[in-house]
Amino acid sequence: MSGVFIVSDNILSPIGLTTSKNFGQLKKSVSGIQKHHDTALSDQPFYAALFDQSGFIKDSDHKYTRFEQLLMASISDALQNSSVDAGDKKTVLIISSTKGNISLLETESYNPTIQKRISLPASAKLVAEYFGFINQPVVVSNACISGIMAILTGMRLIQSGQYENAVIAGADVISKFVLSGFQSFQAISPGPCKPFDVNRDGISLGEGAATIILSANPKNAQGIKVMGGAVSNDANHISAPSRTGAELCQAITKTLDNAHLLATDIDFISAHGTATIYNDEMEATAITLANLQTVPVNSLKGYYGHTLGAAGLIESIVSIHSLKENLVIPTLGFNETGTTNPLNICTDLLSGNFTNCLKTASGFGGCNAAVVFSKQ
Amino acid sequence: MIAEKYITSGCLISNHTVYKNGELLFVNKDADVPGFLLSVYKHFDINYSRFYKMDNLSKLGWLASEILLKNSFQKENYRPEDIGLILSNANSSLDTDQKYMASVKDIPSPLLFVYTLPNIVTGEICIRNNFKGEDAFFVFDSFNADFIENYVSSLLDNNILQACICGWVELLGDEYKAALFLVEKLKGNEAVSFTKEHMNKIFDDKKIN
Repeated sequence: MSGVFIVSDNILSPIGLTTSKNFGQLKKSVSGIQKHHDTALSDQPFYAALFDQSGFIKDSDHKYTRFEQLLMASISDALQNSSVDAGDKKTVLIISSTKGNISLLETESYNPTIQKRISLPASAKLVAEYFGFINQPVVVSNACISGIMAILTGMRLIQSGQYENAVIAGADVISKFVLSGFQSFQAISPGPCKPFDVNRDGISLGEGAATIILSANPKNAQGIKVMGGAVSNDANHISAPSRTGAELCQAITKTLDNAHLLATDIDFISAHGTATIYNDEMEATAITLANLQTVPVNSLKGYYGHTLGAAGLIESIVSIHSLKENLVIPTLGFNETGTTNPLNICTDLLSGNFTNCLKTASGFGGCNAAVVFSKQ
Repeated sequence: MIAEKYITSGCLISNHTVYKNGELLFVNKDADVPGFLLSVYKHFDINYSRFYKMDNLSKLGWLASEILLKNSFQKENYRPEDIGLILSNANSSLDTDQKYMASVKDIPSPLLFVYTLPNIVTGEICIRNNFKGEDAFFVFDSFNADFIENYVSSLLDNNILQACICGWVELLGDEYKAALFLVEKLKGNEAVSFTKEHMNKIFDDKKIN
């Protein structure tokens, strides 16, 4: 199989509109999570990482929704920093989102036009046309693992020889739909979230977009490869994580096999770390089952909140730059171990000589995903 | 690395009818969508209390999987982690999204909210059958047999999966269609080769010949 190289990337978040700006902010422990009181979103004040700007691209005809603008601004920056041509027949666009344009249900009266406008393929088509992609875009919508799944989809479409390049972009906006849903689950923390901490009490939501460009062409390589990945299902519950962590462990083990690596080769882990009681407990168990409990691990939810369909991409890109800069970002919000199986939670900027990074995620529907990035 | 792959079972539920492997198994033209789905559940004499909790999209996909697998799948031949699901549709979970949004005006319903993700149908099928392999949900404006064939083939050829349920599960308002295909490397009695042409033929005409 050919290698799959990371060519370019972008993180568009409330703490910065480029990857380098984001990584700089993370090194300074800057978080995008703030207290908001916006009655269009919630009657009660809430903590979340939200953009304070509205326009992200030039759109004088008001043709594009906020969701589409986020994707376009992120893809635009990533493409500009690569030699990959969107109009090449060997290039495919992959979009990751959980809810896309769902906020139109809040602001528009429902009719067939709005129904089509909400459908994810309609957004994907607009984004593809904006950049001149020739091939039909692929849309992944698989709950909170969508971002990692989109990377794996891109990797496989390249490995199978169908395409040479994949532009993988994810975004979600925080609407009343999404916020009220997590509130109804009593899953929102009353303050900024505290991943893996003994006092963790729920998630903070966040909005953002991110883009990773993959290529099989070594001339596009920038030093990091996608080595392999895997997805599993708990087959246990649609909204609660596995009690045993065996299935996330299965995804991790298969990922290591796929990457031809051993647990001892992993230098650090970027966990999902949503800061709910049950997710973090399950992840700590799974990481321990996979014999990775001594490996430095972080969660980035304390900076970005849970950015849903963008989360796997944003956190993967931070991990890729951690490999490049040999610097692992600490877990903001963590203070004291709060899982039955203690992990080696990264609490300060960690320097070292890092080669291989494991990124994991889990989501509603019982899904788990893992991917490994390595220096060439 | 390229393995022989077969569609060993196919199930199509649409337009008040249920077909399996080209054979019409059930018709009920007198019911609305929830009534039709319930009549399918009762006709096939399935006893599974979780069914009543599911949203309509999950009921549709789950029923199609039950009929697809019944008497056609030797689950014992596989490890749970070797069986996966690759599903797709056009409108994600919009049918339930609207119902959830209506609840927000009053009291937001956590029971509805959890179904506002298309991959919950995958989770329901996995829970029922203890399938723990790779699953994925893709959204295309129409059934993309070309993509499904290539993606599922790569999972089977690379031994990421040994058996895969794939296809289409779409439900919005009064319109619904489920077309599920069981893909295995073992050739069964009803088997046809796993190709986009065969999937499209079953999707459009209910049977190959």
